[in-house]
Amino acid sequence: MAMSDRAMTRRGFLAAGLGAAAVPLLAGCSSNLGNTVASGLFGARLPSETLVFWNLFGGGDGSRMETMEAGYRKKYGPNSLQATTFAWGNPYYTKVTLATVGNKPPDVAISHLTRAKPLWSGGLLEPITADDLSSVGLSPADFSPAPWKEQRTDGKNIAVPLDTHPIVMFFNTDVCRKAGLVDSDGKLKALDDMDAFESALAAISKVTGGVALTIPNVGGETATPWRVFWTFYNQNKAATPFLSDNGSKLTVDEDVFAKVNERLQSWVKKGWVNKALDYATAESYMFTGKSGLYLEGEWEITTAQSVKGLKFGMVPIPNLYDQPAAQADSHTFVLPRKDRTPQERHQAMLFIRSMLDQSMTWAKGGHIPAFQRVANSAAYKALEPQADYASAAKHAVYDDPAWYGGSGSTFEGIVGAELGLIQQLASTPQAAMQSIKDQLSVYLNTPSPL
Amino acid sequence: MTTATVTTPRSRSARETKVRFNSPLQRKDSRSAWLFIAPFGVFYLAFLLGPTIYMFVMSFFNTSTVHAGLGSFAGFANYAEMLSRPDFWSSLLHTLQFTLYTTPPLVILAFIFAVLTNRMNRGQWFYRLAFFLPFILPSATISLIWVFIFTPTTGLWAMVETWFGITPGSGVLSSPNTAMIGIAIATVWWTLGFNFVLYLAGLQEIPRELYEAAAVDGASAWEQIRFITIPQLGRTTALVVLLQIIASLKIFDQVYLMTSGGPGTSTQVLLQLITGTGFTDNRLGAASAASVLLFIVIIIVAIIRQLIGRAAARKEA
Repeated sequence: MAMSDRAMTRRGFLAAGLGAAAVPLLAGCSSNLGNTVASGLFGARLPSETLVFWNLFGGGDGSRMETMEAGYRKKYGPNSLQATTFAWGNPYYTKVTLATVGNKPPDVAISHLTRAKPLWSGGLLEPITADDLSSVGLSPADFSPAPWKEQRTDGKNIAVPLDTHPIVMFFNTDVCRKAGLVDSDGKLKALDDMDAFESALAAISKVTGGVALTIPNVGGETATPWRVFWTFYNQNKAATPFLSDNGSKLTVDEDVFAKVNERLQSWVKKGWVNKALDYATAESYMFTGKSGLYLEGEWEITTAQSVKGLKFGMVPIPNLYDQPAAQADSHTFVLPRKDRTPQERHQAMLFIRSMLDQSMTWAKGGHIPAFQRVANSAAYKALEPQADYASAAKHAVYDDPAWYGGSGSTFEGIVGAELGLIQQLASTPQAAMQSIKDQLSVYLNTPSPL
Repeated sequence: MTTATVTTPRSRSARETKVRFNSPLQRKDSRSAWLFIAPFGVFYLAFLLGPTIYMFVMSFFNTSTVHAGLGSFAGFANYAEMLSRPDFWSSLLHTLQFTLYTTPPLVILAFIFAVLTNRMNRGQWFYRLAFFLPFILPSATISLIWVFIFTPTTGLWAMVETWFGITPGSGVLSSPNTAMIGIAIATVWWTLGFNFVLYLAGLQEIPRELYEAAAVDGASAWEQIRFITIPQLGRTTALVVLLQIIASLKIFDQVYLMTSGGPGTSTQVLLQLITGTGFTDNRLGAASAASVLLFIVIIIVAIIRQLIGRAAARKEA
């Protein structure tokens, strides 16, 4: 009897322990955190009024996105939104993919336009219908034409663009003024032809006593060489898509490829463009006046504005060949595949609308708003230097759709690394092309897994 | 293994009953044994054996991460692709490089520290704790600690370098030549404690009389280690080496967190290539083929080690 008594006591102790552990869990369930914990542990659904939103924004973009999220919470209540930020690039898209495949996707997710296409062809996105748009007072005419046209896939809307973010040309006002390239109101003179641009490079080089234009290309930096190449390549009328048929054919025009890259190499040989610089150093060259020009995405405006005493401006990359073009991508909102009630769907659209309405906040980070009511507003047109390069959005060229393509993708990694070698004069355009073909052959010959 | 060690009177009586009521009871025994194994067995089947078999099957198909089903039949195409990819071979090489960098120090240092700790008369608990503590940390924590230590110019490592008059370079993890060494150092610090504890347990199993007899015979401290400690710990060493090699071949976390395979692909290891192919490129079939190849490599390494161990044992006997 004594034995069983002791056993009971122990069992009782364990039960009490379990109970004690369950109390905070149950108590927690009444709060928002408890809900999140419960939904994570037991797959319980969050209350439907809480919208789950995933994004990949760090730095300045991250804090501006948080401001916009706060704007949404203010309107719909403190528990209306659960926003999560993940690491940028491939890891983010891997998470979106696996969460959707596992039937636990967010209600709304951010996606680059070029990455939304592979998600769509994998059947991971829901199309956004005209009814969805009109239910929150939107229509196709509300968006800038380039990203809107680009997101149309298989006759459906797969994403709602928030912005266009092209590569632009930053210039150091003091250096360029000394080179005689800045007019009286601090704007860069038009350099829209090869001769004018090259004589400008020569003039800046004389002022700095070194390089005139910096393009980052080492230290793992493969995206910028790709952005620069894709911009100049598409300024040629003869330019063809780099990849066709969702990435199964290599259709790049090799003559234009060689022409653009040989020109770049000639600038390096003349000492106008750097041979090898990483992202931060290439940028600091322009900030400190060691160079006059810097080619990078407009998002670097946040960094440039934080440099004390720096006078700088931003313009679209000059048209050096036949037609203006600028490599770009767009941040978009997508609806991952999910069982939704009509109310949940409507709430997701209301969230997107709320974000679009706050595009002015977003535009301060350099991105050109896709929402035309903001892009055409007087407030945006007065925003300097954003308004000076806003026209680049009209000539945006996106990466070709491919299952291994898009911003920060395997494709950009392979091609960008070779382009970087060309700029370092470590490879000829022909040798680089051959290497690109060799490395891409695995992907070209593999049926798309999507 | 367990039946060999358990030779208590109780097991003898069990054997007797077995003899007396031979088959029926045995059947009953095994039935209840299966019942006891079942909860574990179900998990084992569902989360280890099942997926492993599925992986072998998938490796012959163009299986996609985002679509249900196996996809079209690929034959040996996935294997051919992996074997012809330069990045497959380079990541295999990096994996072996990491194994080579970590296994000897993890075995030798653990042995040395265990012997030294075992000689402590007081405060042994402190050393046990100190060596084992890092092992309980998650990989994310140790990666953060060591990325912090290896921070170029301002990190702890760079500070020590300046004390010795060395100009700190771009940082251990930023150079393709040293990044893997940096990861290896962090790993040794992290997992040393596990081998240390195994060795310490082994040391405490060695009967004191052996040392006393050796001391009476006039053996020096070094001779005692050489002729008593090392041979007596032979089984422990065999276990430690095997566990260590397998663990090193499975390296992923520290590399992913500390360098994510960089600079360039100079520290990209095989499991990273596999996750990239499977979950970023969405090609589960090709990733399975790479996994099977890694599986084969691990088996080959384990067999080689087993053969060497057996040859050494035969030589001793």
